[in-house]
Amino acid sequence: MERISVETKVLKKNDEFAAENRAVFEARRLVVFNVWSAPGAGKTTMLERTLKELDGRYRIGVIEGDIQTEIDADRIRSAGAPAYQINTSRCHLEANMIQEALTKFPIDALDVLIIENIGNMVCPASYDLGEHARVMLYSSTEGAEKPRKYPKMFYRSDCVLLNKVDLVPYTNVSVEELSANVLAVSPKAAVFPISCRTGEGFSAWIGWLTAAVERQREAFHVSGGARTNPGN
Amino acid sequence: MHEAGIAASVLEIAETEARKLGATTIRVVKLRLGDFSGVVADALEFAFEALKAGTLADQARLEIERIPLTAWCSTCQATRQPQEELMLWCPACNTPLEVMTGQELDVEYIEIDEPERGREPWSASA
Repeated sequence: MERISVETKVLKKNDEFAAENRAVFEARRLVVFNVWSAPGAGKTTMLERTLKELDGRYRIGVIEGDIQTEIDADRIRSAGAPAYQINTSRCHLEANMIQEALTKFPIDALDVLIIENIGNMVCPASYDLGEHARVMLYSSTEGAEKPRKYPKMFYRSDCVLLNKVDLVPYTNVSVEELSANVLAVSPKAAVFPISCRTGEGFSAWIGWLTAAVERQREAFHVSGGARTNPGN
Repeated sequence: MHEAGIAASVLEIAETEARKLGATTIRVVKLRLGDFSGVVADALEFAFEALKAGTLADQARLEIERIPLTAWCSTCQATRQPQEELMLWCPACNTPLEVMTGQELDVEYIEIDEPERGREPWSASA
């Protein structure tokens, strides 16, 4: 028997596709967010309200990932943004799926692309899609222990939105407890309590989002990724 | 439950390396798996066993080395090992920690039957 050194990352192919996606985004100065949560935490509702609150400030497109149906993409289109639906039997989106979507979904006229991942608290953390920042939704009805049970998703998130805070009085958790548990495993995350129904907390979240977009645009500028010919 | 996809990638990487060398039988696939990789070792082994049939690795054993989570405190200039109850803050000075190890998901090596070099189908068998 002979031992052969391999030393290869198992997700190397995904990482390579992600790097290619990132180059495409940079060439177009397109800022990309990857949005994560458990099923039912309110990702699509959050995006609907975010589109409304931004009120046309950026040209935003959304890529939706789901096992089946166009329901979420239809909701986003109704909220006034172009949307592309990926249906996959996988439990998470992978970078090659985004690359394929980019051949069909026109991104040249966009400033911001939001990728709504499949509702899942484990796998998306391992698959870089080429995004510039990751946003996690964690709703009060999920209980206080989620960050301890699924630490990697929280650790990899740049921003965590504590959603459905209007329902906190009907649960046995407090916003302080949810927030502390998130920060225990993700010390650098920006944490904002929000309610998509009442609009509570949206000004802080929108503030973070616009600052993240501007920061990334500045980074594009510094790295020379500025688009000189929008047709290319 | 992305372990099936992960196992398929592991097999693909192992087979690609074996083919480069003209090997037809893989005996061992050695994986480094971090405790903070988000991959469940049992589920990965199960998927590997289910998917290896019909590949060059259908006789192969999957060896998994678990890599513990370690994190760095930039204030204390010290490595910390967060325990079961994960807290990514330094227990001594309360600085946010940087994860150093524990996110690994790498094929380290494979063990193959040595290809019979120089032996062609028409070679004398003596």
